[in-house]
Amino acid sequence: MTSEIIIQAIVTGLMMGLIYALIAAGLSLIFGLMEIVNFAHGEHLMLSMFSSFWLWSLFGLDPLFSIPITILLLAFCGIITHYFLIRYILKAKMLIQICATFGLSIFIRSIAQLLWTPDFRNVDKPLLEGRIEIGSVFIGQPQLYASLVCLVAFFGLYWFVTKTETGLALQATAQDRHAAEILGIPSNKMFAIGWAIGLGCVGVAGGMMANYFFIFTDVGINFALFAFVAVALGGFGSIIGCLYAGIIIGLVESLGGLLIDPSFKLLYVFAIYLLVVIYKPQGLFGRY
Amino acid sequence: MKILTVENLSKSFGGIHANRDISFDVEEGSILGVIGPNGAGKSTLFDLITGFTKPDTGKVRFFDKNIFGISPDKISNLGVGRTFQKLKPFADQTLLENVMIGAFVKEKDIKRARDRALEIIDFVDLIEKRHHFAKELSTGQRKRLEMARAMAIDPKLLLMDEVTGGVDQKTIPGLVELVKKLKKTGVTIITIEHNINIIMEISDNVLALDQGKRIAFGEPKEIQNNKLVIDAYLGTFDAA
Repeated sequence: MTSEIIIQAIVTGLMMGLIYALIAAGLSLIFGLMEIVNFAHGEHLMLSMFSSFWLWSLFGLDPLFSIPITILLLAFCGIITHYFLIRYILKAKMLIQICATFGLSIFIRSIAQLLWTPDFRNVDKPLLEGRIEIGSVFIGQPQLYASLVCLVAFFGLYWFVTKTETGLALQATAQDRHAAEILGIPSNKMFAIGWAIGLGCVGVAGGMMANYFFIFTDVGINFALFAFVAVALGGFGSIIGCLYAGIIIGLVESLGGLLIDPSFKLLYVFAIYLLVVIYKPQGLFGRY
Repeated sequence: MKILTVENLSKSFGGIHANRDISFDVEEGSILGVIGPNGAGKSTLFDLITGFTKPDTGKVRFFDKNIFGISPDKISNLGVGRTFQKLKPFADQTLLENVMIGAFVKEKDIKRARDRALEIIDFVDLIEKRHHFAKELSTGQRKRLEMARAMAIDPKLLLMDEVTGGVDQKTIPGLVELVKKLKKTGVTIITIEHNINIIMEISDNVLALDQGKRIAFGEPKEIQNNKLVIDAYLGTFDAA
């Protein structure tokens, strides 16, 4: 095996890892804010990919240009999810919260299958296509731009949460909603904002992936599983932890597939998950 | 002028009366001390006034505005601040960030909110600790942090739950001085306090509760001589 192949696997892993990181950041933000796990995260990713697909199919809008619409649609979806479901289960037992978001995932997937059938679709001839060659390493343009956009979105999210007034209010609500409320911060509005941003992240990732991934109603399942692993590895509630964890997962998946056996790619990732749960349950940067 | 008027405020939890028909008022710029044995309903009263618990019946007016049953953030925005008996600092954030979060209520510009927060941190004598994480501070310092954070919303009325509770004897005088210094800024204060000497020293009026009911209300001297208070509270205290 040559070093070029290993470098190729590292580049591929890094590009996937950045996408996992952004998807996981959305999940982690929601969990950190209200300690609710969004088991419908994968279905929300699927919705964002379909949003890009239909905007292209019906209006001829390339996924690259429809990204802002997809982000807004998903953010709106987040607000709806909070006001019509989550706010009613905030004080409920954890089992009820799990059933609620898990039920939401089944609901969204079933509606999608009913409306759009389980067929595989793809965007034909998107603006981003082809590949570039650096030395002997090939980089797919859609993959490269998707990972770069996800990286920029990730740092945008990090800046927003740590440096802006609303971001600090989100952090305050996440740490102690009562203490935040007495400072005039409406927790219900913060939760809705958290859902809007969390699903907005998925909108960015899904919108960019629509350029090169098949789009079908079950597409989100594996991504959501990887996002759960990333959140556990990075540490529940830690956004920056998701970046490191996403990259680690991307690299393990890619290098494991190359060096050992590609048919067991999922196994390597979940082995990491088990190791984290056993030896460092709070994750790399977790506060739980 | 009356800053807060409470009339016949009641709250029960599954048949247990936490607060029963409590009435009192607070003059602007004064300190009202709230005393009572454990379980008298003091913290519940704070929860009812600040909107954390919805009262069953009664009236609560802040100046002329009815604040009965409205949410804590809205009450806070009107100018009612609070500190908690069980401290609630934002542990993973610095002291400066903690206070800035409060300052944002009145000041949306980050630089000005930061300047305002630094002024307040200086007021509570923690300026050297401004970049320390809240979790690194001692209990006494965290009490000051909570007061600073509550002050950051520029409150007209500040409810403080056991400012001197859980701190060592050496720390208490500094905290008491801070409360007095705070009063001089014109803020009206309602404070729950277990240390009866402190209550008598700083309060303009005292409200005594026992088993969820008001048993006395008046100037500290009157309260000291009130038989019901002596039986319910002071007597126990002296014996202890």
